Amino acid sequence: MYKLLLCWRYLRTRYIALVCIVSVTLGVATMIVVNSVMAGFTNEMQSRLNGMLGDLVFECRSLDGVADAKLHMAKIRKATGDAIIGMSPTVSVPALMYIDVMGPNREIQAMTKPITLVGIEQSTYADVSDFDDYLQHPSNRQQLEFKLRNGGYDVYDHQAEDNENAKPRKQMERAGWPYRRYKASLLKQRELIAGREKASIETPESNLPKNPFGPANDQAEGRDFDPATEQHPGIVLGIGTCSFRGTDGTDQFFALPGDDVRVSFPKASLPPEAISEFYTIVDVYESKMSEYDANFVFVPLRSLQQSRGLIDPTTGIGKFSSIQIKLRPGADANQVRDQIREAFPPHLYVVSTWRDKQGPLLAAVQMEQAVLNVLLFMIIAVAGFGILAIFTMIVVEKTRDIGILKSLGASGRGVLGIFLGYGLSLGILGAGAGAGLGLLFVKYINEIADLLGRITGQPVFDPSVYYFYKIPAVVYPQTVAWICLGAIAIAVMASILPARRAALLHPVKALNYE
Amino acid sequence: MSSLLQAASGSPEQSTSPLAVSPPLEQMGTRGLFKSYYKGTLGIPVLQGIHLSVHEGEFLSIVGQSGSGKSTLLHLLGTLDQPDAGEVYFEGNRIDNLPSASCDLLRNRHFGMVFQFYHLLPEFSALENVLTPALIAESTLGYWRKRKQYRRRAEELLELVGLSDRMKHKPREMSGGEMQRTAIARALLAEPSVLLADEPTGNLDRATGEQIMQMLRELNQEQKLTIVMVTHDPWIAEQADRVVRLGEGQIQTA
Repeated sequence: MYKLLLCWRYLRTRYIALVCIVSVTLGVATMIVVNSVMAGFTNEMQSRLNGMLGDLVFECRSLDGVADAKLHMAKIRKATGDAIIGMSPTVSVPALMYIDVMGPNREIQAMTKPITLVGIEQSTYADVSDFDDYLQHPSNRQQLEFKLRNGGYDVYDHQAEDNENAKPRKQMERAGWPYRRYKASLLKQRELIAGREKASIETPESNLPKNPFGPANDQAEGRDFDPATEQHPGIVLGIGTCSFRGTDGTDQFFALPGDDVRVSFPKASLPPEAISEFYTIVDVYESKMSEYDANFVFVPLRSLQQSRGLIDPTTGIGKFSSIQIKLRPGADANQVRDQIREAFPPHLYVVSTWRDKQGPLLAAVQMEQAVLNVLLFMIIAVAGFGILAIFTMIVVEKTRDIGILKSLGASGRGVLGIFLGYGLSLGILGAGAGAGLGLLFVKYINEIADLLGRITGQPVFDPSVYYFYKIPAVVYPQTVAWICLGAIAIAVMASILPARRAALLHPVKALNYE
Repeated sequence: MSSLLQAASGSPEQSTSPLAVSPPLEQMGTRGLFKSYYKGTLGIPVLQGIHLSVHEGEFLSIVGQSGSGKSTLLHLLGTLDQPDAGEVYFEGNRIDNLPSASCDLLRNRHFGMVFQFYHLLPEFSALENVLTPALIAESTLGYWRKRKQYRRRAEELLELVGLSDRMKHKPREMSGGEMQRTAIARALLAEPSVLLADEPTGNLDRATGEQIMQMLRELNQEQKLTIVMVTHDPWIAEQADRVVRLGEGQIQTA
């Protein structure tokens, strides 16, 4: 009983000890804030990683794909039962994209970008990924049709919660059919001027195609392709492939919806033969994962199959290179993956979860978080040494009282208990205050960041650097509990040494201590 | 706690009966007590073979020059320290070689101690200081159950020493005499059989010292409390039933 009472009295009278728990409080608060923000970023990243990929990806090892997605999907469904709620076949192929830009001497230059060209089935792809949500036209977000819209592309990022944070993309105001018509008229003028110049020195070019056995296209059918009223097959570019972010945080576009791009990729033949196709940009997607935004470019599945020669001319059945699979919420992805793996020969197909595919990235993030936690825990450990020093002082100061207690029959263990209890209560107090402070900080983290930005004149969290407009934070109660327990344990451990010293004091020497 | 109680009071009776030295009147005693203090490797002998008997209900005072070892003797009697050689007896049982848990129990229940510098806990009020032995003896739950009983007893004791109006005061708000009276009340809480007093008036003026002595005499006479008091003041010592003089580490018969 005296232990509790003395702990309580010491807690209320020794303010110096309260000072030393401030470091515990700050350590705990920092750990909670950092963990929550990191968890927020990880969460955001994972949802975006998962958003672009299906939960499971079923791929064939050959770049040229295998035939009949329907048959494969039926077999997958049979192998897994009701765990799957959506599937979509895709064809992907490494490609080079050329965007025409104006050169320094007003001549047209082709800017080349290595990309991954993905053919998607627009009717089913939305079922397996959040791809649609990342598009820039509101109607395309409802249903993507690979058709150029008249206009109305987002000028402000629709993924920002309010427009205040988002920098406007002024160029997007022009995107759409009117822009295409304007560009076509420009082109016509240029051709006219060039034609007049050429006409004086060259004979007019023949209307016949250069290669009579080349792929059939609109021009070959005997009439001119009119860019002012017609479009090539639609293409959706990743925002990173057609824009760059300026130093002031605004996005500058090389190409807008309405522009045409040329894409070169290999045909599915041996030896591979490179072909080049025109596509019209119909939309731009922004998943905010630069890895995807700067790499993936989407076209209609059927058109890509046709261009690459993946369609069997007799049956009309196309080849696919992978099937994206969406699982029922709560289904065990690893288990379903293994079921599918068993059903197909492993030397022909690879089945992986999105986590398997992003394994190194996820592992790196996890590692980063672990290292950060270790470093931050050191802060609390330093606080522990503060407690050790101050407790040693208090024990010296209380030597006589310890003698008195012993002369009245208190055991060494009892005296040990006083100081361990004191350490424990300081730990609980410090960790509790730290948890409160940390959680409060996390709750108002964006307001605090704004305030700090206003005071210093330098934004703390610059949305132009990150793709998020707000600092994401997720609090896991479990993490908070572990941090608090760790801090309390350190406080108790730091008080063991002084407490032992107090317990071993000789009663007579303690009583006569001056 | 109850098993500790049995261990302390029960086992010595069974095991040490052949050792029991039992002239019926002796309550405490020492046989050939030696104690030295060490400064580095140099031993300074303080007690050199002390034979002492304290009878039941006796008021004994031990006088001697400072450094004569009288406080050391009192500490040995109160099991606060261990002798180098010799034995200490309490109610016929040897107590100098008991395990520390039993010593703690003896100090808590059977000996009351009063010191020259009062030795009150500065964080506690007068009432709480008086209650300290009970707080130490009982577990939290045990104390909480009997808290009213203990409180009443502590209040009675503070009334007995004339401090009924100072119960809530901290030691720093009290005079030396008041602090010493609080210390005496604390020593009496557990109803001990022996009161060990180390210069109880040493830090007080004569008039206050006289009050304290008056109180000790009354306790001795009315409650038949055995008191062993150490003092360097012959005038204070005279007021005891018997005076033992300590010099050169030995008892010098007066």
